[in-house]
Amino acid sequence: MKSGKRIDVISEYQKRIAEKESLNLVVIGHVDAGKSTLMGHLLYLQGEVTEKTIRKHERDAQKIGKASFAFAWVLDETGEERARGITMDVGVTKFETEHRRFTLLDAPGHRDFIPNMISGTAQADVAILVVDATTGEFESGFDANGQTKEHALLARSLGVQQLVIAVNKLDVVNWSEARFLEIVQKLEQFLVKDASFKKSNLVFVPCSGFTGENLVRRSTPGNICNGSAVSDTSVPESVAAVLSTFSWYKGPTLIESIDKLDTPMRPIEKPFRMSVTDVFKSAGGVSVAGRLEAGHIQVGEAVMVMPGSEMAVVKSMEVNHEATRWAAAGDSVLLILSGIDILKVSNGSVLCTREAPIPVTTHFAAQIVVFDVKIPITVGFPVIVHRQSHNEPGVVSKLVATIDKVTGEIVKKSPRHLGKNTTAMVEIKLSGRAIPLEAYKDSKELGRVMLRKGGDTIAAGIVNKILSFGS
Amino acid sequence: MKLVKQHIEKDKSGYVTLVPEDFEDMWHVYNLIQKDDQLRAVTIRRIQSESSTGSVDSQRVKLTLSISVDNVDFDTQVGVLRISGRVIVENPYVKLGTFHTIDLEMNRSFTLIKPEWDVIALERVQEGCDVTKKADVAAVICQEGLANVCLLTSSMTLIRQHIDCPVPRKRRGSVANYEKGMKRFFEQIYQAILRHIDFEIVKCVILGSPGFVREQLYEYIFAEAVRTDNKTILQNRPKFIMVHTSTGHKQALQEVMNDPSIKNKLADTKAAQEVQALDQFYEMMNNDPDRAFYGFKDVSKAAERGAIGTLLVTDELFRAADVAKRRKYIALVEEARATGAKVFVFSSLHVSGENLNQLTGVAAILNFPLPDIDDEEEEEAADETLQDEDEAPQMHSNHAAEAFDAVLG
Repeated sequence: MKSGKRIDVISEYQKRIAEKESLNLVVIGHVDAGKSTLMGHLLYLQGEVTEKTIRKHERDAQKIGKASFAFAWVLDETGEERARGITMDVGVTKFETEHRRFTLLDAPGHRDFIPNMISGTAQADVAILVVDATTGEFESGFDANGQTKEHALLARSLGVQQLVIAVNKLDVVNWSEARFLEIVQKLEQFLVKDASFKKSNLVFVPCSGFTGENLVRRSTPGNICNGSAVSDTSVPESVAAVLSTFSWYKGPTLIESIDKLDTPMRPIEKPFRMSVTDVFKSAGGVSVAGRLEAGHIQVGEAVMVMPGSEMAVVKSMEVNHEATRWAAAGDSVLLILSGIDILKVSNGSVLCTREAPIPVTTHFAAQIVVFDVKIPITVGFPVIVHRQSHNEPGVVSKLVATIDKVTGEIVKKSPRHLGKNTTAMVEIKLSGRAIPLEAYKDSKELGRVMLRKGGDTIAAGIVNKILSFGS
Repeated sequence: MKLVKQHIEKDKSGYVTLVPEDFEDMWHVYNLIQKDDQLRAVTIRRIQSESSTGSVDSQRVKLTLSISVDNVDFDTQVGVLRISGRVIVENPYVKLGTFHTIDLEMNRSFTLIKPEWDVIALERVQEGCDVTKKADVAAVICQEGLANVCLLTSSMTLIRQHIDCPVPRKRRGSVANYEKGMKRFFEQIYQAILRHIDFEIVKCVILGSPGFVREQLYEYIFAEAVRTDNKTILQNRPKFIMVHTSTGHKQALQEVMNDPSIKNKLADTKAAQEVQALDQFYEMMNNDPDRAFYGFKDVSKAAERGAIGTLLVTDELFRAADVAKRRKYIALVEEARATGAKVFVFSSLHVSGENLNQLTGVAAILNFPLPDIDDEEEEEAADETLQDEDEAPQMHSNHAAEAFDAVLG
């Protein structure tokens, strides 16, 4: 490419963040907590979804007897998801608030789809944790088999530090302040003590995704917060009820709370890295969607696909569904690549440059924190290693040492097994293909792994050292 | 497998004549034949003869050869067993001491002469010849875009086809790509089922997956069978069973074998028992670590004291070319049996066997706790620490605090 046409991405980037900073937001929580409905409604209130679309969803949903799912259908688009009424894959969309530009990732809550949830959360900077306030529902999501805790721990281990907790469906318990405070108290204890969130980074917001109360606005006598999915006749009554029973809450609305979230430092000066979450054929080339983990890229530049070291050229790109000429770390992008076969790129590939390739490995040393496991981890323990949207089977090949949580000193060398809540140095070998991976000190995003077995997350870890290169 | 003849002397030397009949039998044979055993079988050898004028003539001759085994090769995918070694019985065509490789085939008898038939080998013969222990099950383990079509027998897990068919994700406003991708994915599985599963042999076909993939697959298979009028599939509809697994990787087979509805189907087959035994071991390790040990050193200490309740070993240890090592493990098994322990010899072709192999290959659940074994080990470990203190890298301690913060807090 001619040098005259090159864009100075760094100065462009400075201009863009001066205008409005962007954030990737993931919505997590137990299945049926109302994540999709909440976000679908929020998108509608923010004007991202037209009235017409909502009406159409409402009619169609009613036809199959799922009238209350109309808002969720904004994000749950496949036939399977709609018919079953649960989210299966991450829904990606965007919206803007006063000070922030958001890429929204709606994660599935069902435990079988945690790999997808990990994929979504790995792309996020901040999260909304949705909990169901209904009697019994909060408890079932919060106990050992629920996903509330697992999601929160995963989010924390994947680098999410700021969390907004949406205490949803509070309309069902008549906007009870006592119930809200009970949930806040239980969650706060867990999030601060076990999941190591900073108390100051947690915001609790009572709301209702179904009626739309306290998402964008509060209902006031002059300004009725209209839940459009509810038939018109019921509005006055419900609003009257809300006004009288919800007057105790003086805090911010959901949108106000997320508007205040801080943006993290983006590693824009580092070598270019993009993790691929989706690949499909499109007119004129191969479409590759994912998140820019580090560095920047512009149209016309060459990229290298790892594993495989195949070269391709960026033909065009989109950031948040808008065509642009450049993108920088933190952006959720869609690249159209030319000069490459679709079979050479897959979910889990990493794009980089020829000058600074990312290591590809099957054997690495990691420091892990063992979660609340039922059986201890031993040598030879088979696990599924998750790195962002990719997962590969592997084994824990060596237990190097257990280390003290606080001081970081070695407690015991070559332990026989690792029980719950221990921190340890281990070596992990992948049984199948090699995956692109970096040491945590080189890349915070590409140096994290999650270990799962039998449908449970057993440990979260960071990569200390790559022990073998190539496959 | 058919046992044609067996003759074993008091000093445990002797011979056995066997006819392997299927794939699994080949696996048993592979586990039987050791280095320095003698093998007699019908084989084909290319004989070169030089005439007086110097022209070379070569012909293939079918003959019976006896060799002293040097090397055993087994291809688990095609089930070919190749045994090479030196010829030990003279023959009109072949000189003594020349090398020959025998390919063992199904339905052809062979005679194996061992200087010592130990317990493990004899049990293996018995097991291989036991028809009641046969149960063939096919399984399709899948998740979106990834599937493993496998065959399970009592001592083997064979991956028949690994399907990796990337499915595009749903995108805002367009799910056509996703739906098309899923269809293509199911089509590949359907073809693999037609190609690899023989419905006359298999008792059932397990469809395992997380989420709803198995249900979608089930629907697809029968819709497709109706469309193409595939009678075999339609007639065998009751053989299809759906099981929940947490992933589509091969590891999930362990979950499949632990599922109550499958346990019935697999009935008394070894595989299910092995999975259970391994689970019990891990459970014990969690509840009472002083009653669960692994590694030869610890386990043999426990055996000395007669503490072993259940002993888990993989067959790989008995296949060791090193005779001393093999003897060591056989002695361990006999010692454990003598004190009334249950012994499970895991097949290393199963997922559970692979797991145990990684876990040093030998593990034991004890009848009573032996906390001092762990203590002894700690002392030893402490000695080692003193020794390699110089070379121990200090890379962790500096980063540890910072790194840990990143992992969790």
